[in-house]
Amino acid sequence: MKKAMALTVGLIVAGVVGTSAISDANHDTKALNAAVKARQSQMTLYAFNIGLLGGMAKGDIEYNADAASAAAANLAALSKLDQSRFWPKGSDNVALGADTTEALPAIWMADSKVGEKAMAFAAAATNMEQAAGGGLDSLRGAIGDLGKSCGGCHETYREKQ
Amino acid sequence: MRPVLRLFGLICLVVAAALWFLSRPISLPIDAMAGLTGNAEKGEAVFWAGGCASCHAAPGSTGDAYLILSGGYRIESPFGTFLSPNISPGPKGIAGWTTQDLANALIAGVSPKGQHLYPSLPYTTYVRMKLQDVVDLKAFLDGLPASDTDSLPHELAFPFTIRRGLGLWKRLNMSSDWHLDTVETPEVDRGRYLVEALGHCAECHTPRNIVGGLDRTRWMQGAPNPSGKGSIPSISPDKLTWSTGDIAYYLETGFTPEYDSAGGQMAKVIAGMEHLSPEDRMAIAHYLTALP
Repeated sequence: MKKAMALTVGLIVAGVVGTSAISDANHDTKALNAAVKARQSQMTLYAFNIGLLGGMAKGDIEYNADAASAAAANLAALSKLDQSRFWPKGSDNVALGADTTEALPAIWMADSKVGEKAMAFAAAATNMEQAAGGGLDSLRGAIGDLGKSCGGCHETYREKQ
Repeated sequence: MRPVLRLFGLICLVVAAALWFLSRPISLPIDAMAGLTGNAEKGEAVFWAGGCASCHAAPGSTGDAYLILSGGYRIESPFGTFLSPNISPGPKGIAGWTTQDLANALIAGVSPKGQHLYPSLPYTTYVRMKLQDVVDLKAFLDGLPASDTDSLPHELAFPFTIRRGLGLWKRLNMSSDWHLDTVETPEVDRGRYLVEALGHCAECHTPRNIVGGLDRTRWMQGAPNPSGKGSIPSISPDKLTWSTGDIAYYLETGFTPEYDSAGGQMAKVIAGMEHLSPEDRMAIAHYLTALP
C-alpha cells in the first residue's frame, strides 16, 4: 500500500516536472494548432459556398440566380479576409504531423509564390461574384478558373493525398 | 583446360549471347507509318489526353508558355531522377524527328538512334496507341513554339545507366494487351483507350513491383508516391465511390464531390483533362466505374 502510494506520488511529481519543462513548447503547439483550425474552417466555408455553385454548374442543383449570387458574394468576401495569422511559420505538416495539417513547409520558403496564388484565387472569386447571377452559362464560364485557382496552391503547397 | 571448365565457359557465352539478343531494342517495321497523314487538330486532342505537357512543359509555366515543351521536369524515383527532355519542334528538341521516330519512342520505347528509352516516358501505356493518333500528335507538336533549352541528362546510379538492360525490363513489364479485356459499351471502350493507351493514369495509381514495373494484379488500387512522401489514392470502384458525373466534373474543374480541389501532380493532370471533350471525360468515368 505504502509502496503503491510512493509510486503514485513519484509518478505525479515526474509528470509535473516533465510537463513544466515542455509547457513552452506546448503553448506554441497550441497556438499553431489553433491557427490550423482557423484556416481549415476557412477552407470549409470556401467549399460550402463553392458547393452550391459547383452543384448548379454540374446540373445537380437547379440554377437560382439569387442563391448563386449570395454564395459567390460570400466566397468573394471570404477570399478578402486577412489570413496572416492563419498561417504562422512552423504550422506545417513536418512540424505538426500529417494528421494535423497537409500544409507543406514550402509555403514559408523564401521563393514561395503562395501570395501570388492567393491573389489569383481572390481574383477568380471576385470574377465569380460578378458572373454567378448572370445565368447558368455565365456561372459555368467562371467556375473553371475558380477551380484552377484552388489547384494553384494545392498543386505545390499541399501534401499529396 | 579441363573439359568441365571449357563446358562452363561455353554455357556462359551462350547465356550472354541470349541476354544480348533478348535485350536488343526492337523498333517498329520501317513501313509502319506508310499511307498515314497527320491532322493537327485531332493531334491536339491526343496531346491533352496523353498528358504530354504535364511533364514536358517547363515547371511552373502557365498560359501560352504551357505549350513550350522545353522539359526539365524532375521525376524522382527509387532508381534515380529522370529529367523530361525538350520535345519542342526546335533543334534542341525533336526537329528532324519523323513520325516513325515518334512512333518508335511512344510505342516501342526506342530512340531515333536505336537505343532503349527509359520508361519514365510511359511507353508501357502508349504501346497501345493507334498509329493514326501518333501521326496526328506529330502534326500538332510540329506547330508548337520551339524552345532552345538544352535537355538535361537523367541522374541515375549504376547499373540503371545501362540502357541495354531495359530490353530485359521491357520483356517483363511491357505488353500491348488491355488490362480490362472485355468492354460492354462504346463509352467504356473509348474510356479504356483514353486511360490505358493515352492518359497513363495507372503509372501513378497502380503500385509498382521491385523492378519498377506496374503490378497489374493491383490495377488502380493506389500506391505510395514514388517521388516523395504521401500516397496516391486508389481509384478502383471499391474505393472510389463517386458517380460518373462526379468523376467527369472532377476531371474538368478539379473539384471533388465535397468541393475540395485536386492537389499535387493531379492538378497538372486536370490542366490537361480540362481540354478534353465532355464526352471523353465521361468515357474515362465510365471506364473507371466498369473496372472489376
